[in-house]
Amino acid sequence: MKVELRVNGVSRTADVEPRKTLLDTLRENFLLNGAHAGCEHGVCGACTVLVDGEPVRSCLMFAVQADGYEITTIEGLAPAPGELSVIQDAFCETHGLQCGYCTPGMILSAHALLQHTHTPSREEIVEAISGNICRCTGYGQIVEAVQFAAGRLQKSNALRPNHVSPGHHGAGHDAPEEGVLEADAPKEIV
Amino acid sequence: MTAAPSTFRFVSSHRRVREDRRFVAGQGRYVADIALEGMLHVAVLPSQHPAARIVSIDASTALAMPGVHYVLTGDELAGATDQLMNGLDTPHVKRFALAVGQTRYAGEWIAAVVADTRALAEDATEKLRVVYEPLPFVMKAEEALKPDSPPVHAAHGSNVLLDKLFVWGEVDRHFAESPRHLSFRVTWGRNSTVPIETFGVAASWDSWRDILDVWASIQMPKYPDQIARALRIPANNVRVHHDVDVGGSYGVKRGIKQSVLVAYLARRVGRPVRFIEDRLENMRSGDAHGPERIFDIDVAFNDDGVVKSMKIRALDNAGAYAGRAPFQLGKPIGAIVGPYKIESVQYRAQSVTTNKAMQEAVRGFGQAPTNYAIETAIDKVAAAVGLPRIEVRRRNFIRKDEFPYLIPSGSSYDSGDYHTVVEKVFKHADFDAMEQERDRLRASGMLAGIGIAACLEPSGGNSSFEPLLNEKNTTTTWMDSARINIDALGFVTVTIHTTSSGQGHETLVGTIIGEVLQIDPDLIRVIRPDTLACLPSNSPVGSRMAIMLGGAAFHAAQKLKTKLVRIAAHQFGCAEENVTFASGAASDTAGHSLSWAELVTIAHRNYHLLPRDMEPGLEATHVMQVPTGNKLPENGRVQMYPCHSFEFHLVLLAIDPDLGKPEIKRYVIGHDCGVVINPHIVRGMTLGGIAHGLGATLLEEFVYDEQGHLITQSFMDYLLPSSHEMPEVEIVHHCTPSPHTVFGQKGSGESGYLGSPAAISSAINDAVSPLGISFNKLPIRISAIGDAIADAQQGKPQEQAT
Repeated sequence: MKVELRVNGVSRTADVEPRKTLLDTLRENFLLNGAHAGCEHGVCGACTVLVDGEPVRSCLMFAVQADGYEITTIEGLAPAPGELSVIQDAFCETHGLQCGYCTPGMILSAHALLQHTHTPSREEIVEAISGNICRCTGYGQIVEAVQFAAGRLQKSNALRPNHVSPGHHGAGHDAPEEGVLEADAPKEIV
Repeated sequence: MTAAPSTFRFVSSHRRVREDRRFVAGQGRYVADIALEGMLHVAVLPSQHPAARIVSIDASTALAMPGVHYVLTGDELAGATDQLMNGLDTPHVKRFALAVGQTRYAGEWIAAVVADTRALAEDATEKLRVVYEPLPFVMKAEEALKPDSPPVHAAHGSNVLLDKLFVWGEVDRHFAESPRHLSFRVTWGRNSTVPIETFGVAASWDSWRDILDVWASIQMPKYPDQIARALRIPANNVRVHHDVDVGGSYGVKRGIKQSVLVAYLARRVGRPVRFIEDRLENMRSGDAHGPERIFDIDVAFNDDGVVKSMKIRALDNAGAYAGRAPFQLGKPIGAIVGPYKIESVQYRAQSVTTNKAMQEAVRGFGQAPTNYAIETAIDKVAAAVGLPRIEVRRRNFIRKDEFPYLIPSGSSYDSGDYHTVVEKVFKHADFDAMEQERDRLRASGMLAGIGIAACLEPSGGNSSFEPLLNEKNTTTTWMDSARINIDALGFVTVTIHTTSSGQGHETLVGTIIGEVLQIDPDLIRVIRPDTLACLPSNSPVGSRMAIMLGGAAFHAAQKLKTKLVRIAAHQFGCAEENVTFASGAASDTAGHSLSWAELVTIAHRNYHLLPRDMEPGLEATHVMQVPTGNKLPENGRVQMYPCHSFEFHLVLLAIDPDLGKPEIKRYVIGHDCGVVINPHIVRGMTLGGIAHGLGATLLEEFVYDEQGHLITQSFMDYLLPSSHEMPEVEIVHHCTPSPHTVFGQKGSGESGYLGSPAAISSAINDAVSPLGISFNKLPIRISAIGDAIADAQQGKPQEQAT
């Protein structure tokens, strides 16, 4: 059946079987290969994308269910070809990855956390990435990457998304301006 | 060749890892991203029986389905291909990509369906009708050893694949003379590396050019050779594309059965074919489980805790086929005494077939289980003589001034300074305060313990365990290579000849060549040609790339530097030794100088300015042989890996006695892998290895039920460590350069995994010791801890100890 999806701010149409997952649709119909299949039963998080700004496992969602939502994939984070977002750059700075397979999902989970707060505690970071299994790094340098990115975002001259205070992340969860603010996210490259 | 780290410009500096940039943007190129024109997809039908004769396979309904192109069975495949490589000399243990005549484990692939999409192929596998005749089966190694056990391969005559007894030194005399002995059993559960990307392969056959193109998620030496042999085609008809990113491997991405299957199908149906394992296929039948090993250990020591001799019997459950896995009993021979001065060793290595999935190489290649056994022995010796565990280790450690140190099994350890590393870790951790914290936790009602483990990481992998365990194998070289080309505009391009699964080879090679040629590593491009354009390589196995690929890059760069210096000396009219090469330019004492661009121009365009006997252009290759590896074993003795990194793990852990859940309060590791090429990469591998070992110790196991079925088939029941389980790890560095490598580097890819199981289990046993119990079997699950504590508190005998 025909679906019309908003992916990375662009409307795209595809003709898919109702049983086709969002993950397979993104990869096969739209050639967005950044989301990866890891376990295909919702545990590892390699297929994470943002649906209306929240991390979602695209292997557990059918493409036909995604109609009407804003979907953001890792391809939607980099501000321009060859330029990285603050969080992507932070993962490079601390080497928060090795083989890179879980990395897009990990970065999108970190991105969602830092949309809510620029001052996450270590526990909040650990919680935010706990649905993304990384077999390579032991998570140490990933936690550092998120801390590093948070520090950069704090010092940047941009609006604090949602102005959520620490410990209350998620309070602005349903705020209508979410997604708009994502576009306002700082594009600082250092 | 060894220099102090401080003299380097790029080596050891905190430079970014160049590969990271594409991965953070989702721009990796993995095998599932390879989409070929007209490509078809494969699904496989798994066996429901651990052992059964395949009476018939009816594919007619499946073949009639729209979109289904082909159904392949084992009989057709066995008629058209040769059996897959068998490392041991066991010719009657035949293995093909699909079961032939008989299935030998639940999950084994019975047939493969090719269809327009993977979903259609899966639909069609459900329509295949197979008639089985169930056969008796055997799951446990000790049962498989019995002469009357059900034979996994009847033609082989028994279930024993390997049974070798080595005696190095005067074991009997040392046991007779030692006043103290102890014996114990420990068991290492069947776990694996379980990368987040499963194995996948795409293949395409060009009948007009006679070329088989292969893209795979691969980490394996001699992969194209094995495909060619199985398909009975010339090796230069196989072109494996190495520019495929590999989503983790840690040893298991060998995928030879998958690759032969797909290559055969691509040729048979005349279309490109791709098979990406789903998680279920990967876990139950991807032939990628790790060692499952029972150790029976006897130790002979004196009242001072000095260990004189050791008897090790290692019995490994290899699963249904032989492959390479039994060699995982061989590598530990290269460090069979760990970091200790144990004078003699008796080692019996036994590997048996059973009706379980087959093993593959797993990180450390058998060293992690052996290290767990050795470290447990040292802990038990300490308890027996009533000395602190660390004191017993100090008394047994090889001393710094004793290197190079020849161990009884014939390997020489290159260098080390174990006592200093331990001292640094104790100082960093404030061990006295750690003990006080443990006692404080105990006083508060928790069970708390400190774990200690030392370990050696043999690195620079060769394959000398192969001829040791199989006399028909005469391999004494295990090379790796690099080729450097400096183009006419002066830009440097390097080719490396293997795949990478996150080890950062591009960064490694760029850094080393930048160091030699004194140019910015970021300006050096590193590419991976396909195998028809490749120099010989044995891939990233055995913690070898810093040593072997790094060494090859270094020597190739030195060749080019020598050439540039000769060109300059010829222009300056001086001797080569009077030419100084710095920052990419050459100068002499008389004030002449030639820039990088000028030197390159002469080499590429000014033949009239070149020394008379010099070839134009700037290209150099180097094929690097493993240092110290050039001999066949003699009398059961062999020089295994050239370099030996050292790690010392210190863990503080607490267990809530009501919950049984261990919580790591502190994790400190002392790490000495010689000169570090890139600190980010070494750190990441160390932390990742510790997490991997934590999984093996507390969470991960492939468990089979009484009916012979795997009951841990998904991430819902085979648990991997998440960010919640992994503690913050403090790394204490030390550097003892290796005398055998170009910068003094040693391997670092396996260290965390080799030491953390021993350390964490040591901490748990220290924690539960006040209850008079201990655990001798990995993984130590929360449920096992809770049950054992409850039993101990009620005065019941401990089940774990049996």
